[in-house]
Amino acid sequence: MRFVFKTDYRQDIGLFRHNGDRFWYGLLVLLVAAAPLLLDRFYLGELTYVFVLAVAGIGIMLLTGYTGLVSLGHAAFLGIGAYAHGYFLQQGVPFVLSVPLATLLTTAAGLLVALPALRMTGIYLAIATLLFAVIIEQVFIRWESVTHGFRGFSVGVPQVFGLPLTDPVLFYYICFAVLALAMLAAINLLRSPTGRAFVAIRDSEIAAQSMGVHLARYKATAFAISAGFTGLAGCLFAHKIGYLAPDAFGIILSIQLLLMAVIGGLGSLHGVVFGALFVGALPQVIAVLRDYLPDRIAQQPGLEPGVFGLILVAIILFEPQGIYGRWRKVKLYFQLFPMYKAATFKRQKTYTRSERNK
Amino acid sequence: MPRRHTERITSPAATTVGRITTTGRRLPGEGGLTEVLQLLVNGLAAGCIYGLIALGFVLIYKATEMVNFAQGDLLMLGAFAAYTYIGLFGLPYWLGFILAVLSMAIFGFTLDAVVLRRVIGQPQFAVVILTIGLGFIFRSAATLIWGPDIRTLGTPFSNSISQFGPIVIPDVNLSIIGGTLAISGVMYGFFRYTKLGVAMQAASQNQLAAYYMGIPVRLVFSLIWAISAGVATVAGILLAPVSLIDPSTGFIAIRAFSAAVLGGFTSLPGAVLGGLIIGVIEQFSALYLDEGFKDVAAPVVALIVLAVYPQGLLGQRQRKRV
Repeated sequence: MRFVFKTDYRQDIGLFRHNGDRFWYGLLVLLVAAAPLLLDRFYLGELTYVFVLAVAGIGIMLLTGYTGLVSLGHAAFLGIGAYAHGYFLQQGVPFVLSVPLATLLTTAAGLLVALPALRMTGIYLAIATLLFAVIIEQVFIRWESVTHGFRGFSVGVPQVFGLPLTDPVLFYYICFAVLALAMLAAINLLRSPTGRAFVAIRDSEIAAQSMGVHLARYKATAFAISAGFTGLAGCLFAHKIGYLAPDAFGIILSIQLLLMAVIGGLGSLHGVVFGALFVGALPQVIAVLRDYLPDRIAQQPGLEPGVFGLILVAIILFEPQGIYGRWRKVKLYFQLFPMYKAATFKRQKTYTRSERNK
Repeated sequence: MPRRHTERITSPAATTVGRITTTGRRLPGEGGLTEVLQLLVNGLAAGCIYGLIALGFVLIYKATEMVNFAQGDLLMLGAFAAYTYIGLFGLPYWLGFILAVLSMAIFGFTLDAVVLRRVIGQPQFAVVILTIGLGFIFRSAATLIWGPDIRTLGTPFSNSISQFGPIVIPDVNLSIIGGTLAISGVMYGFFRYTKLGVAMQAASQNQLAAYYMGIPVRLVFSLIWAISAGVATVAGILLAPVSLIDPSTGFIAIRAFSAAVLGGFTSLPGAVLGGLIIGVIEQFSALYLDEGFKDVAAPVVALIVLAVYPQGLLGQRQRKRV
């Protein structure tokens, strides 16, 4: 177990706690940067998809994991970002300008949603965002002049650094860079007064309010920032799928996005990456599992969603704190070995806990 | 004689799959009072189904603070159970009906006792993900057991109509409205007059206090899941003749969510009221508004109501304690 003795103020504001962190994150960055050399095209594409999901995951984590506002409609923000980016590219806006424009637009959309959503909490808010997503999906279908309706349209392929953006290695690095920058932005946001206000609101609205946190303002900010991150991911998502059609942004995607936050571990940015890995990799894992099943079962239609559901249920039953929660337990086990006590993370039996009066 | 378009708008299923094809916009009153009444009745029938599903949501939410995203899939399983008893085993309709409701009630009880009880007290949205996962499993299981094909359920009400003055109502719709009235009545009586019903109310208001009063809260929760699954089954069987049964029937529950929040997630009468409102809005907007508005009218109305009444129309106002 490592105890950090702080001898310098810079240690308080530094990004890393100690040299161990520096080493491991540096190694991770090196590995990720070297991935195009190590992986073949298919897995590189999958990893790129995970990065895109993770950027969207940061958005939903800030809202759901840190501010405590649950959204079941984030596919709408992803869609708005993607469509706006696609439309701007079509109008001849250069790539470097189109991405920030689309992000800003999505941020504004998030602010717009926040206004009626401010008074709602819990399940009402979740369903309201779900309804918002349903409406936006219809907008994608009906606003033919921009979205081309059901038929959709293919996203333009701009030139970046003299290469077409569809080049897998280039796109990989762009997504990686965006994820890294978004992560840095989120880390710093969470250390700022705004971020701490978010966490305060999540833990107790009343306490936050009595400490001078302006609830409406900070909730609206959280919505806007969250939508912004998701819209940024939407721009990359548009290039990743290449062709925009309304059915790509349905309720299933919204659920997947929320899933990322919950499975990864609510209230941790590590969890975002774990969640994105989970959601991105699970279809592949299931495809592999399928090969090991007896043919009679493996050939059945509708097996994949079932396995998906089983894995979800198993994770929630055995580790409701998400993958990051499990990771912390494993880490502590080895740090304290052989003194680890299972009761360390045991919470009081919460059978009677209610979220109604929180 | 009923006109063609009114004949086609008979079911929630018709609105679900967008089978309504009206030619452009119409003005209210163009078809006269008869048409309005006809739409109203059809809307009420559709709304009753939403209301029954929403009732299931509210029962579970009130008691255990869980939002059951698998409610629609329970409905689907219930409809398949009825299909198995009536269509495959050839039992009489009413016997099959009762058997299906009973087996699904047992299923709901077991589900709570084995799976859901473990996560009470966990963060609410862990539970949401859990029920979403269960929904995936149910759909997959239904596909494995009954196959992906569409099934029909023959009922005593199929293919007959009743005429009330100028209004023509398919008997199927009458059965839906009647069934909902019956369920609502039974629920009201149960929660008002029986000991178990009062115990359930107590458990849903304050679990700890209910414990102290000697109410077996866990058992009560499992029973609530049983009731909720039973109600979903009734909704599924009533819906079956108009919407056909297949593993994705359960997606109708997404519309019922609008109904539940509209009425207030903590109010049983609110759930039914919300369902009726959504059903009627869907029918009228399908006929009188431009095509694009058909699918958004209900969510838009629900959002507006929520913006004004954040706890729904009949929901309890929650006050926070410090």
